[in-house]
Amino acid sequence: METKMVLTPEQQAILDGSKGETMAKVMRTMVNYGEIFGATKMVPVTSEYGHLVLSFGLMFLGPVFDLYQKLIDDNCLSGQKFTCDPRPYDPAVPQSLIAKGAAKVIYSKQAKYEKEMKKLGLLNDDSFTCTCYMPELGNIPKKGDVLSWAESSAVVYANSVLGARCNRNSGIIELFGSVCGYVPYFGFLTDEGRKATWVVKLETTKMPDAQILGSAIGMKVMEDVPYVYGLDKYLGNELNDAAKTYLKDFGAATASNGAVGLYHIDGLTPEAVEHGEKLIAEGAKEYIITDEELQRVKDNYPVIWKDKDATPEMCFLGCPHMSLQQLKDWTEKLEAGLKEAGNEKVSIPTVFTTSVPVLKEFKKCPEYERLMKTGVIISYICPLMYMDNPLCSGKPVITSSNKLRTYTTARYYSNDEILEMLTKGVK
Amino acid sequence: MTEFKGRAIVPVKEDKSFEAVVTKNGFNTLASMQMMNLQPSGTKCNDQSNPDLYKKLIQGKALCLPLTIGSTTGGMFLFAAVKEGKAPACMLFSQTIDSLAAAGAVLADVWAEDDMPVYDQLGDDFLNTVKNGDKVTLKPDGTVIIG
Repeated sequence: METKMVLTPEQQAILDGSKGETMAKVMRTMVNYGEIFGATKMVPVTSEYGHLVLSFGLMFLGPVFDLYQKLIDDNCLSGQKFTCDPRPYDPAVPQSLIAKGAAKVIYSKQAKYEKEMKKLGLLNDDSFTCTCYMPELGNIPKKGDVLSWAESSAVVYANSVLGARCNRNSGIIELFGSVCGYVPYFGFLTDEGRKATWVVKLETTKMPDAQILGSAIGMKVMEDVPYVYGLDKYLGNELNDAAKTYLKDFGAATASNGAVGLYHIDGLTPEAVEHGEKLIAEGAKEYIITDEELQRVKDNYPVIWKDKDATPEMCFLGCPHMSLQQLKDWTEKLEAGLKEAGNEKVSIPTVFTTSVPVLKEFKKCPEYERLMKTGVIISYICPLMYMDNPLCSGKPVITSSNKLRTYTTARYYSNDEILEMLTKGVK
Repeated sequence: MTEFKGRAIVPVKEDKSFEAVVTKNGFNTLASMQMMNLQPSGTKCNDQSNPDLYKKLIQGKALCLPLTIGSTTGGMFLFAAVKEGKAPACMLFSQTIDSLAAAGAVLADVWAEDDMPVYDQLGDDFLNTVKNGDKVTLKPDGTVIIG
């Protein structure tokens, strides 16, 4: 088969069927995908692990599971172990009996899916999380590593905070890259593709909520790369736990409210520290962010609860999954808020989501028992998958995740507003 | 009739016409299509943040859009939608196609029996001209005619 891009003899042989028809189709898919974007070559995936966005045995995705089964049948397995997004179901999360029944139907392919993942190269049974880059998980690419990942929040984090190189791959494509061992060289894999075409200037009077700032930037720049000035004033110049946690939530909002796959934070993220303004492309557009602009963005979020004045019945925090530090911080804030309000338990069922390895670490900390006393439930679930259940989506759920707001009927409130509601009561 | 020239990523084999449905906002594939199999009368856009398309039928239509946004499950959902007969009839992008929609287009082209024509780089004027309900005709060379 002829291609526009130049392939190595080994890549060409795979395309021509040296490893079988299915592997040839995998390679053809990756080559065709790359050629759309003018890729000139295929380059090896260099990270130790992959990460897959598909984590749920959704009944609607039968064709995807059939395709994965074909890969297994024809021995086209991943050349690297991988982590996966969070599981869609956890009995610990409150649900009506009918909703539980519906979840079993909607995610009826879960067992088949997990079986397929193990055969294809799943790292281990605790590898289901959208924050695979947490130290407790260990899927932390090195700066400059070429990845074949999907999951918008993980890709934007890997590119921006870790300095790895990964395009915003779709599900299936990311697995194909790990199966054939190559990805097309374009976009965020190139130096040119990592240049910022937007300059964002932060002119707020206080540290902005990560979720709203990310949302505003995502909706403005869409798929472009922003270079953000002024955030280091609040986050400092060191990528410590607090900064990484902020950027995790900020990035997820840029990626879900827009299509951002890479951002640079002046004086903080690795490439901005290394190259500074040289990362800004000629003719870059400008976006100035003030307190008023953030308020405008927040005020424009639609409320799609059937009854817009309904009293919240449930709260999800942790989309993307919480870090260990976030669990500890929320424990402190909830305890203090409840004490001040004279209450002992949170006002509505509240679920904090995190990965199993982070939860295992958290259980070793004194904050774990203290958080349990507030009535909070900790789960490994993907809250998005919970809300996708039509028997749950009608429930007035609140969240401080802009990603969850975007994809579900959940209503957005800032962390401060949610803290107030959880500790002093909902209206 | 107004004619626009774009790039045929997955071309039609011969001229084909469809009815347009238009969004000037980015099309969030997951938010829009995740309920597709619970909609027996055809896939309707489920994205609350997209007033141009929310609750409108997109299955079997020429989906005219700037690009797709949101979750990286996007291409996977498009591929599954094509395989299940729940997808738009074609996708017409004013901008250069994004990586998620491109993945969906290629996956459907290589792995599905039915294809979904996909054209991009039609330009901002295309999106400013085409209206909901317009007849759009696709030619194999990347030309799209409105009217």
